[in-house]
Amino acid sequence: MNAVATTQGRVAFDWRRAARRHGWTVGVFVLLLVLVLYWRSSTNLPWGTFDVQSLAIDALPLAFVAMGQAIVIISGGIDLSVGSMMSLVNVLAAKYMVTSLGDATVGSSATAGSFGRAVGVSLLLLAFGFLAGAMTGFIIHVSKIADIIVTLAMLFVWAGAALAVLEVPGGGTALRYQNLVTLDTVFTAWLPKALVILLVVYALLWLTIRRRRPGLALYAIGSNRSAAYLSGINVPQARVFAYAMSGTFAALGGLALTAASGIGDPHSGDIYTLNSVAAVVLGGVSLLGGVGGLLGVMAAAFVLTLVKTILIIKGVDQNYAQVIQGSLIVLVVMIGGLAIRQKGKSGG
Amino acid sequence: MSAVSTPRRLDVRGTVAANPAIVLTFVFIALFVATDIVNRAQSSEAFITGRQVSTTFLYAAILGLMAAGQTLVMLTGGVDLSVATTATASAFMISSFARDGTVVAILVALGVGLGIGLVNGTGVAIFRVNALIMTLGVSTVTLGALTVYSQKRFLAAAPDFVVRLGSERFLTYIPYDLLVWAPIAALIILGLRYSGFGRMIYAVGDNPVATRLAGVRNWQVLLAVYALCGLLSAAAGILLVGFNNAADLGIATPFLLPSVAAVVIGGTSIFGGVGGYAGTILGALILTLLDSLLTILDASQAVRQILYGLIVLVLAAIYARAAASD
Repeated sequence: MNAVATTQGRVAFDWRRAARRHGWTVGVFVLLLVLVLYWRSSTNLPWGTFDVQSLAIDALPLAFVAMGQAIVIISGGIDLSVGSMMSLVNVLAAKYMVTSLGDATVGSSATAGSFGRAVGVSLLLLAFGFLAGAMTGFIIHVSKIADIIVTLAMLFVWAGAALAVLEVPGGGTALRYQNLVTLDTVFTAWLPKALVILLVVYALLWLTIRRRRPGLALYAIGSNRSAAYLSGINVPQARVFAYAMSGTFAALGGLALTAASGIGDPHSGDIYTLNSVAAVVLGGVSLLGGVGGLLGVMAAAFVLTLVKTILIIKGVDQNYAQVIQGSLIVLVVMIGGLAIRQKGKSGG
Repeated sequence: MSAVSTPRRLDVRGTVAANPAIVLTFVFIALFVATDIVNRAQSSEAFITGRQVSTTFLYAAILGLMAAGQTLVMLTGGVDLSVATTATASAFMISSFARDGTVVAILVALGVGLGIGLVNGTGVAIFRVNALIMTLGVSTVTLGALTVYSQKRFLAAAPDFVVRLGSERFLTYIPYDLLVWAPIAALIILGLRYSGFGRMIYAVGDNPVATRLAGVRNWQVLLAVYALCGLLSAAAGILLVGFNNAADLGIATPFLLPSVAAVVIGGTSIFGGVGGYAGTILGALILTLLDSLLTILDASQAVRQILYGLIVLVLAAIYARAAASD
């Protein structure tokens, strides 16, 4: 009897389990949909492909960096250096994608390099992001210092490096490279290429590993490091890998910033450290690690971006919008904290 | 073979870990001599003068106060990334309420600092938000609010009393801001050691589960610590605006990482429960001197930032090693 019941339980689709596992992600997507509909109804101007494109432009850097942050947080760590890593990649890209930087004092502007050069620089910078992230992970492993302190120190190191590369905003990139994010669409005008790039990156960098050894190792060390070690997972390797992924995604975010703005700014990534954590929490990844996925985080990045867009459309001062968005982020994180607390209570 | 050499190395490290103040004082003096040598080489003037020692203390008071709050927070195992913004907010309040009288301006500035500290404390103590994220979020919101505020309100120069407090000296060599810093420093050092609340801060930082089981209301301790940190940062902001004479949005930004660095240099553990304010004071003095040295060497902001980041990393690693070998 018992055995039969168990077998049936396995065959039948378990709705409650599915709701528990994916409910949050679905909820974030519903929230996104509601916000889009509200956004559409709140403007009197014709709402169309242009708005979709502009949302994709604004959300792309945050979506990238939040995915990297999510990977680290799933593995039980946190990476505070992502914001200035984005700035650093942004200024490096803007500096080396042009053939001459120009001189603002005599009024000559930067000369953009070719598209091929931009792609080449991008690939190098992705490798740089991977290695820099891996180095951070390695320092955390070797030094045994709290990941928060190491990544906080790296936040300042990369920010200093970004200032050393470009002290004031400048540089540039090929127009075709910018168009990848700001103009191009795929098949229909409603599908910005930026979104397609995001989904392709998600598929290539996350779907390929999620159910395989490296991805499972991330979840394992995030939920219980000792148990993961005892089941034969190479814990240091998985940790370093998590930070390397975070560095790679931060580099992608920095490149997205370069393409979206067409310029390098040593402070361009400043707000992304906090916003990435907020997107991760809103996206259903527990700050305790081991729980959640990247799809919800991606949607959460769009939600956070859209909130600010709507506030500005509503005629709220840009700076007030920043304050309100920041307050919302703090609220999201506080509610996330409360959720952890409740869970801790019910779990004993 | 290695058994012979290991205990000796551990011993040195153990001494450093147990009495960081001795080593730090030595570092401070060595750094002073180094700066003197560099200064003589660059401008053929001595750096070791009564005037420069006095200036070092004058500068260090601001960082010392910010790092005081940071020390308390880090002793509980947290970190406060809003200290610089809180100081900026306090500086703004002094400037914009200068016309309403010095006392009012100072009270408003301290009140705003206390308010920010309470918000941080509520998030960390009651909602159990990760301290770093909470304070970073509050810092972002505060900075946004200050940006809006600076567009709406006229900012006057700081009141004379505040300017005197932040930038002048009496008896030729003694900075007025020492009159603020020294009593607060004494209060914190003695309070941490002898008062019940002080011991509680260590206990909560060392083992929050044990204190909870022992009947301590952890959230009250944490809330008080973050509120105190807000107050101390606001006090630093008052001295800062007195020193600079006018407030701007970036006035306290260069102090954020040094405030963490001073605490780490002073030997307070990032995990909480170990350390004290005496070390932090030396940390603040060392960093102030290092800043003078970097200014003499004409180092850019970029170099400073990288250097401070590396100092935090290296020292945290050294202390972690020393603690592990105990």
